[in-house]
Amino acid sequence: MSLVFYISSFIAILSTIMVITRYQPIHALLYLVVSFLALAVTFLSLGAPFAAALQVIVYAGAIVVLFIFVVMMLNLGKQTAQQEKEWLQLRAWLGPSILSLVLLAEMAVLLLQDAPEAMPATVVTPKQVSLSLYGEYIIAVELVGFLLMTGIVGAAHIGKHKKKSLHRFLQTYPNLN
Amino acid sequence: MSIVHAHTVLIVAAILFVLGLAGVLTRKNIIFMLLSIEIMLNAAGLAFVAAGSRWQQPDGQVMYLFILAMAAAEVSVALALVLQIQHQHKTLDVEELKELKD
Amino acid sequence: MQQYLYLIPVLPLLGFLVLSMAGKHLSRNFIAGIGAGSICTSALIALIISAGFLQSPPETGAYTQVLWHWFLTGHLSADVSLRMDALSLVFICIITFIGALIHIYSIAFMREDRDYARFFASMNLFVCAMLTLVMADNLVLMYLGWEGVGLCSYLLIGFWYETPANYRAANKAFVITRIGDTAMIIGLFLLFKELGTLYIPDILAKAPQQFGSGSTTITLIALLLLSGGIGKSAQLPLQTWLPDAMAGPSPVSALIHAATMVTAGVYLIARMHTLFELSPIAMQVTAIIGAVTLFIAGCSAMVQTDIKRVLAYSTISQIGYMFLALGVGAWSAAIFHFFTHAFFKALLFLAAGAVIETLHHEHDIFKMGGLRKKMPVIFYTFTIGAAALAALPLITAGFFSKDQILWYAWSANGGHPVLWTLALLGAFITAFYSTRLILVVFWGDMKTTPGHLPGPAMVVPLVILAFFSIAVGWIEWPHNLLHVSLFSEIVQQALPATTLKSNLPPEIVFQLIAVGVSLLGIYTGYVLYYGQSELLMRWKQSEGLMSVRHFLFKGWKFDQLYDILLVRPFLFITRINKSDVSDKLYTAIADANLHLNKLFSISQNGSLRWYVTGVLIGILFIITLQLLL
Repeated sequence: MSLVFYISSFIAILSTIMVITRYQPIHALLYLVVSFLALAVTFLSLGAPFAAALQVIVYAGAIVVLFIFVVMMLNLGKQTAQQEKEWLQLRAWLGPSILSLVLLAEMAVLLLQDAPEAMPATVVTPKQVSLSLYGEYIIAVELVGFLLMTGIVGAAHIGKHKKKSLHRFLQTYPNLN
Repeated sequence: MSIVHAHTVLIVAAILFVLGLAGVLTRKNIIFMLLSIEIMLNAAGLAFVAAGSRWQQPDGQVMYLFILAMAAAEVSVALALVLQIQHQHKTLDVEELKELKD
Repeated sequence: MQQYLYLIPVLPLLGFLVLSMAGKHLSRNFIAGIGAGSICTSALIALIISAGFLQSPPETGAYTQVLWHWFLTGHLSADVSLRMDALSLVFICIITFIGALIHIYSIAFMREDRDYARFFASMNLFVCAMLTLVMADNLVLMYLGWEGVGLCSYLLIGFWYETPANYRAANKAFVITRIGDTAMIIGLFLLFKELGTLYIPDILAKAPQQFGSGSTTITLIALLLLSGGIGKSAQLPLQTWLPDAMAGPSPVSALIHAATMVTAGVYLIARMHTLFELSPIAMQVTAIIGAVTLFIAGCSAMVQTDIKRVLAYSTISQIGYMFLALGVGAWSAAIFHFFTHAFFKALLFLAAGAVIETLHHEHDIFKMGGLRKKMPVIFYTFTIGAAALAALPLITAGFFSKDQILWYAWSANGGHPVLWTLALLGAFITAFYSTRLILVVFWGDMKTTPGHLPGPAMVVPLVILAFFSIAVGWIEWPHNLLHVSLFSEIVQQALPATTLKSNLPPEIVFQLIAVGVSLLGIYTGYVLYYGQSELLMRWKQSEGLMSVRHFLFKGWKFDQLYDILLVRPFLFITRINKSDVSDKLYTAIADANLHLNKLFSISQNGSLRWYVTGVLIGILFIITLQLLL
């Protein structure tokens, strides 16, 4: 399984690099799907089939679809790509890359301080996960339920296209705006 | 090549995280910033899953699940905001949206 | 009945609360009913309780009622508790009874005023504060009443606040009495430090054991308390606020001068008599202040042209008599003079108010005149009041009280011929200006046409007060004439009897001199002011006399003196220290914060990527630290 891991990780890193360097939003999204799927395979190789399935369904499915919807609604096409090209000069990459590389180096140093340990090849089954989820983590599950509910309500509220965004005190004077 | 070391997985997660971070720092378009944030969240999820596998515990995957739910909620609200920003300001350039400055 | 003691101060307080909260929504009749009704009920209760007290005096010498525990900090505990002994009884009766008459009078007097409710609310609070002052059984509660009186006098003197002079007068009264109050509270602190209690009976019991007679501490305490009394009672050198306090409506002046406020100082000294007796110096100072004040205020009263200012100076002068009596140790004489003075001074002020009202707010007595025929009731009552003020022998109450004080000014242990001479001069002056007032206002030609005459609500209190101005004197006769001394018998339950010197000339000599001086004063007034006096004309030509008159008219120029001594140096100091040096330190701190804020707010530039970079650098910093350490 280790070969699978290395290949899928490589694909994930590569496609992620592509994601952050694309000018066209839709291209970036497609690379993102690739990255997510590669990660799903990585999960599988690490013995987490449940996480892999969710990765495919939720990330590569739902979330990316949401992005695509928005990109389509906003009609982000060639014009946006042109703009991105103007914005993404080499100069813009310089500072962030250096900072990020320093962070990566430091994290690598921290990780490599300990002696290497092998990953066991056994699988953590969905049954174990769900027992844990609905046993000791039940309160967290309920809280996540709240969070999703708030997300829905918030998105519905914010996403409404209001004619005017006036404070309620000002709304009694319609001629102001 | 037949064995995967625990820190190899974590370094992969770190690389993905740093890539996402570089994306957030570099891109000016809000949509791309959101994509980069998704990548960072996913990298964190990978670290959790790896840790769960290493210790043979389900907790890693449970945490991954929570991250997933959080990402879903965040994306829905954030994309609603993006729609609203585009509607009101006619731009997605994050440098234009500085009304909250001191 | 004594369980209803608390109602006496509480009823006026209720009246104040109702009127101040809901006054705007009530009809005038209702406001008058509450305003005057509360005081009248309170007066009735006070009379009933007093009657019970006099019939069967309690064994402890006082009715007490603890209402609730106010606070307890360290060793200082203060209760809201009332105490009525013989001394408070006199004050309570005067305050409520005269207060009630003044309120009834005000119903008609203030009828046209648009702030009817505010007027009655303040008056009620005034009476309540004064009652708290005299009924308190510890000095903390008493101080509450003391300050309450100061507050209400401020509110009422500045009642017509639209006129700048009025609120200036209110400010002046407040600030000047504040000087005395500050001294008094320092005295209280000192007293508490020395005796460890502010409960009045305890103080009176402990003080003689704690202090030797004439010790420095007790002198200091007594002088500080005396300063408080001087401020409130408008004695030298803090007397300048009282003449200006005439800016208030006439009933307010009557209330301040007769029943409340200015007599607070007299009460305080009488209440703390043990402390004063322990300190001969303080007693002497009190007597001298009283004598000097009565003389200089009397001199100023002689030349005033504003009817109310004449009365104001006469009040200062009469309170001076009370201080003199207190100073020489004639406790009951002082309280008796307070008792009679309250009646005739209230009468004079209310009658003066009626005159002023009838003459369309004319205050100048030389623009009045000839009112004798036009308003006979006012004339007769005013004359009775003035006669009492002038101490017309045997008929009026003023004679009996003033005669006692004159006698004790010589004969009491603390007495002295100089004090007696000053008091005698004061008696002459008093008789003179009383006569002048009557002759100028009610005789001669009519110079202003009167408006409509005062109605019964104003006349009836005047008649009642006039009756008492004569009658109350008869309860206390000089010892050598008639053995009636009801008043001093009551008061001496709470205050020590006056000790006399030995080898005194017979009392009758002093009485005859006093009577002669009063009559001489009246005769002088008659000569100078009845018809056209040539002497007066000639005096008016003389420049020297006119400048003396101006000097007296300005109240011995005390205001100018204080202006030069205190106000100008203060203004000078404020001018050179305009940009407050010590304030610089604090503004520097504020400025430094402001600059730091500006510095940091550069980072608040609204750029999202800038913030993310900030977070990243923070993380890098922490991780680097971890790597290095």
